Amino acid sequence: MLSNIRNLGQYCLDLLAVFGRAGSIWIQAIWRRPRLANAPLVIRQIYQLGVLSVVITVLSGFSIGAVLALQGYNQLVKYGSESALGLGVALVLVMEIGPVVAGLLFAGRAGSAVTAEIGLMKATEQLSSMEMIGVDPLQRIVAPRLWAGFIAMPILALMFSVVGIWGSSLVGVEWLGVYEGAFWAAMREGVDFQSHVFKGIIKSVVFGLVVTWIAVYQGYETLPTSEGIAASTTRTVVYSSVAVLVLDFFLTLMMFNF
Amino acid sequence: MQNRTIEIAVGAFMLAGLISLAVLAIRVSGFNVSAETNSYSVYARFENIGGLVVRSKVSIAGVIVGQVADISLDTNTFTALVRMEINGEFDEISTDTTAAILTEGLLGGKFVGLSIGAEEDYLKEGGMIRDTQSAIILEDMIGKFLMNQF
Repeated sequence: MLSNIRNLGQYCLDLLAVFGRAGSIWIQAIWRRPRLANAPLVIRQIYQLGVLSVVITVLSGFSIGAVLALQGYNQLVKYGSESALGLGVALVLVMEIGPVVAGLLFAGRAGSAVTAEIGLMKATEQLSSMEMIGVDPLQRIVAPRLWAGFIAMPILALMFSVVGIWGSSLVGVEWLGVYEGAFWAAMREGVDFQSHVFKGIIKSVVFGLVVTWIAVYQGYETLPTSEGIAASTTRTVVYSSVAVLVLDFFLTLMMFNF
Repeated sequence: MQNRTIEIAVGAFMLAGLISLAVLAIRVSGFNVSAETNSYSVYARFENIGGLVVRSKVSIAGVIVGQVADISLDTNTFTALVRMEINGEFDEISTDTTAAILTEGLLGGKFVGLSIGAEEDYLKEGGMIRDTQSAIILEDMIGKFLMNQF
């Protein structure tokens, strides 16, 4: 009994320590010494995290938009209001599915790569040798990745939404025969830039930040063995997916005035 | 990979992001940079505007010619005073035009439909449409229908 309580306390303290270390990594990398000379490293990481994720994001966005159009049309046509299809698809994509699914894809595609890369650097003691020659790995390795995630994620989410809307218009207008004018007009009338699009962008910025943060932390704190790296990579995907979905709920609660 | 290739790819990526933002802003959300300058205001009084809102469309024969710019209550007559901005290219709307509040489909939004009259005089900036027809309130109609039954 007593040992159970002790274990619980130990577990809570460990958890707090994890948050503390993650926070200190983040603050040291981002806030303490921002350096302009690291810009080329950031660009390289935007390429790794962002540009290489474009294909998967665009493909998923297109399919999800097309599916939303198919399903939405089937329901709306019962009430004779299929002209609201564009509005429905656009709102759903811009506010929810765009940021969330792009975030999940980002966690799977980019987050896992970051963890594995940093984890391997740690296992092969590249990080410690960097410290030895006086280069701060937080500056050189961690900070560019955090900034790149912060920048790339909103762009991916925007692309996801736009391609999704395009896919839904292809299916809805060209194939199912929704009147084109009504499709775009209802969308334009119902979607507001500040209260819908902008809030979606805020969501995607937060997701990008959290996913790269988790990925970097898991890589940085990994056990320097092959099993350790495997476990860290899995944890990155699991934790950041859950974080994206849970945060989405709270961000929605906060921003959309319930 | 070459540094330059990466830079170009990242530049294209950022550009794609900006283009996406522009598409979302202009094509999807109808973000108006400024109100149409080439338009004139016309007023109409309605007994009941139902669910008409600002930015509802104004149409002639189903073609959109403008939008509702402002809705206020006239406290003398207690009717709704609706200001409509009509696109400047439609400047031959006669003074005996009828304005009616109509519904798009069964459950759609309300809009103002103008039926052009025969008068040779045209509405100018600040003109008033005298002949109006209020929104049809579904509940009122059901009420009347039920009353007629008994």
